[in-house]
This record gives sequence, C-alpha cells and structure tokens, in this order.
Amino acid sequence: MTLLLGSITIGLILAMLALGIFISFRIFDFPDITAEGSFTFGAAISAALIIAGVNPLLATLTSFIGGAMAGTVTGILHTRFKINSLLSGILVMTALYSVNLHTMGRSNLPLLSETTIFTWFDKLAVKLSGEGKLTMVLGWEVPAKDLWTLFFCLILIVLVSLLLWWFFRTRLGTAMRATGDNAQMIRALGVNTKMMIIAGVALSNGFIAVAGSLLAQYQGFADVQMGIGMLVWGLASVIIGEALISENSLGLVITGAVIGSVLFRLLVAIALRWGMNPIDLKLITALFVLLALILPGFMKNTKKIRLTSK
Amino acid sequence: MLQVNNISKVFNPGTVNEVNALQEVSLTLEDGGFVCVLGTNGSGKSTLLNAVAGSFMVDSGQILVDDVNITRWPEHRRADFIGRVFQNPFTGTAPNMSIQENLALATRRGKSRGLGWGLPKNLIDEFKLRVTPLQMSLEERLGNPIGKLSGGQRQALTLLMATWLKPKLLLLDEHTAALDPKTAAKVIELTEEVIRRDKITTLMVTHSMQQAVNLGNRVIMMHKGRIAYDFGEEEKRRMKVSDLLSLFDELRRKDQIDNSVAELVAANYI
Repeated sequence: MTLLLGSITIGLILAMLALGIFISFRIFDFPDITAEGSFTFGAAISAALIIAGVNPLLATLTSFIGGAMAGTVTGILHTRFKINSLLSGILVMTALYSVNLHTMGRSNLPLLSETTIFTWFDKLAVKLSGEGKLTMVLGWEVPAKDLWTLFFCLILIVLVSLLLWWFFRTRLGTAMRATGDNAQMIRALGVNTKMMIIAGVALSNGFIAVAGSLLAQYQGFADVQMGIGMLVWGLASVIIGEALISENSLGLVITGAVIGSVLFRLLVAIALRWGMNPIDLKLITALFVLLALILPGFMKNTKKIRLTSK
Repeated sequence: MLQVNNISKVFNPGTVNEVNALQEVSLTLEDGGFVCVLGTNGSGKSTLLNAVAGSFMVDSGQILVDDVNITRWPEHRRADFIGRVFQNPFTGTAPNMSIQENLALATRRGKSRGLGWGLPKNLIDEFKLRVTPLQMSLEERLGNPIGKLSGGQRQALTLLMATWLKPKLLLLDEHTAALDPKTAAKVIELTEEVIRRDKITTLMVTHSMQQAVNLGNRVIMMHKGRIAYDFGEEEKRRMKVSDLLSLFDELRRKDQIDNSVAELVAANYI
C-alpha cells in the first residue's frame, strides 16, 4: 500500500511533465525533445540551489525559468533559423547535458539531508495528524505522512491544471491554440506565430523542468541521467489520457493527461511488482507508446473491412 | 489607398524550376475600389495577392498602403489592416476549434491579445446576431468544431471573420473556386453585400469571367507575371464574358507564336 501511495504521488508529480508534453505535442504539434534535457535541468537547478541554502519554493520557481529558457532557445532555433523541430530539440538537449553537469558540479547530488518542499509537506503533515501516526486506507495501514504528501501533490497539480486551463482560454492562449491548429489562418488575423511557438515551447519546458525539480526533491537526489526516456513517458501519459477521454474539450483533455500520468505510473509499479525486470522498463514504455500510436489506425482499418464485408 | 510599384518576384532562382512569377508589376487602387484579377494558371494573379498580403517578400519594388511603406512588413503585421479569404476553405479557419472561438480570434485582428477572457458572454450574443444573416443555421452550433462544417459554410465564416473589423483592404483569392456552383453563388452574394455595406477596398482574384463581369469596378488581366490588360469602370460596364474570352484566346495565340517562333529559330540557328 505504501508502494501504491508512492506511485500515485510520483504519478502526480510527473503529471506536470505530461502537461508540458501536452502543450508542445498536442497544442503546438511540435515534437520537442528538449524535454529530456530540461527535465534534468530543472532537477539540477533546484538541487544546486537547495544545497546552497536557497528557499526550496524559490528553487522550484527558478527551475521553471531555467526550463523556459531552454525551451526559448529551441523555439528560436526552429522559428528564426528554420532548423527542423526535432533537430532543434536534439541540439538543445545535447547542449543541456553539459550545462546540467556544470550546474550540479558532478553527476549526482543527494538532497536527503536538505530542506525541500517535501520536508515542508512532512512537517505540515505531522502538525495536522501527529508524529508517526498510521491511517487506514482500504484496510491497509499507511503512514499518515505519506497520505498527506499525496494530498498536497494532488492540490498542487489541480491548481496548476486550472491555471493552464484558464491560460489557454484567454485571448493569448486561444491564439496559441490556433497557432498549432492552423498557423496560416492565425497569421492572417495578425498573430506573430513565431513568437507564439517560442512562447509555447518555453512554457512547455518550464513545466517539464518543474516536474524534474519536484521529482528530485521527492526522491531525494538529482541525477544527470534522470531525464532519459522522459519524453516517451510523458507522451504515454498523454496518450492514455486521450484514450480515457475521447472528447475535444480543453478541460477534459488536461484532466486526461493528469489521470493518464497517474495510471501509467501505477501500471509500471504493478508490472515491476509482478517481477518485470527494471532494465526492460524503457523498452516496454516505448513499445506501449508505439502500440498506442498505431492501434487507432489499425482499428479503423479493421472496422472498414468489417463494414465492407457486410 | 494601395500602391504597388514595380514589384518583381522570382521563385527558385538559379534552378530548373525558376519562375518569374511577377515582373515589374505596378498597380494603384483607389479608396473603395473593387478590382477583379483574371489570368491563366501561373499568370501570377495569386502571387500578386500574396505579395500584398506578405506571404513572401518581393525581390524588388515597393508596396504602400495609405502612403505607408509596408514592403518589408511581415505577414502578421500587415494583417492589422488586411482581411483575407483563401482559395482553400481549410486555410481560413482553425478546424479543431469551435465556431465561436474562431470568430473570437477574428474580433482581435491587429489588436493586442493579452490575458483577457477569450470568449466573453456578450461576444457570443454578438456572434449569434451576425451569423444568423448567413442563413446556414450556424447560430445554433456556435460551440461545434469548425472542421465539421462544409466548405461553403467555412468560406462564409472566413469572409465574416476577415471583415469583422473593417479592413482597409480585402484580399479574396479565388475564394469560391473550391465550392459547388450554388454555394459559390451564395458566398459571392455575401461578399458583394459586405463590400458594398462597408465600402471596403477589395482585390479579388477569380477564375470566373462571369464574376469578373458582374462584380467590381475594374478588371485586370494578368499574363506571365505582368498585367496584360487593365479595364476601368467605363470599359467594364460595356464588357461581356465573350469579350474576356476572346482576350484570353488572343493571349494564348501570342504564346503559341512565341513558342513556335522560338523553336523555328532554335532549329535553324543552333
């Protein structure tokens, strides 16, 4: 049960990643690989700052700015210098690897003895329900502290989702969505689509960096390798969300991405529990996304065959 | 109002696909003028329109609107005072967004966007009011994605969006070419109505001689990146479709002579 709570908490933290991927992939139709670098970049910035004694909240916000800057570079490479979107992302991701090592000073920074956002959560939990208390959840005893952490993460992600939903319904956000939907149309209505793409990729990477920052604080270390595979991970979450919610409404799609992230983390936890070799994790994630990408087309074809054979 | 001075454009220069799309084209439009642009395929009529809209930068020459030089302005900046309807009904609207969101985007053409709410309630009421006269019963379906509508409906909405804020200049690029005759007639009717009501200066590219004869107060015929003929209001009033057709034939015959003479010369001297 503790494992389950932990999985859901990590799922909620990584929902921030899923939201970032949702912005670049779904709203802007921009396959942005910068994600893998900016995820680690967020973790690295936060870890370095927290160790230097900076307030963890401030450190997390700085991660957002750092990620957004990385995204801005990718956006500028793509729009101003007409470099293919994939290649722009790869260039920035590769460059970030060195930047991350410089930021951290070495390849791994432990945070276990530092004050992070999650230390605050723990303290708050102790205040709310007492030291070392256990709570019953579905017949299992779990530390109340873990449950509170989960709850705080939930509140955080709900707030962020609401903020995102609001933003994409404003005039500026609507123009951004139109940029991804039909750039020619929105240019003819006076919107600088290059600026919109740069801002969108920046926003996306800001969210992804915060996800990295929070994960580092939760698990108690930042590692230069932690961003590997995160893009596919986020994409898997978004795809699960879309499968659950076959609606086009913005609010539902955002909710779907969050739920997708939690579900995917749970699936992985269960698979690992049942004896899946952790080494195979990325392979299976990739296969999963591949299946999710080709299945809808495949099903459509079989449906057509069935219809014609009647 | 619009002043085009000696603009030229070469596409794919230095390659086998080199095209002299515009060659020293000059054109002046008076305030409230409504010009129809005719021409064969590849004559440069759409290119002229796109040059004015800023889809690409011209190689030489100048474009002025109300004496402001906009030759180097990017497309989105020119949209401050230019409304456009495209040939392809899919180009003018964002398919996955609702009708009302598309319209809402058009209400801010050339204005700052900011963090104000994208779809305020009073705006939706206004949409209903202005969509109803299209007689396509779209007022009931403002929340539906625009991609589900027919080409004609989308084109009518694009026209409404382009003229929601009165543009100084309206550019219509064969905007009825992809529609069936009945829908095309409807869209043309709406076009005429809004241009007359708001006295919008218009440049309309068309493939239809009938439209060129019926609409506007001036006809330009383009050929090989140049303006071949330019008929003012007086001449246009007396013009018939057959006159335009014979002009087209004349241009085509000239072409054939050019080519056969070139071949003859090549065969004898090279």
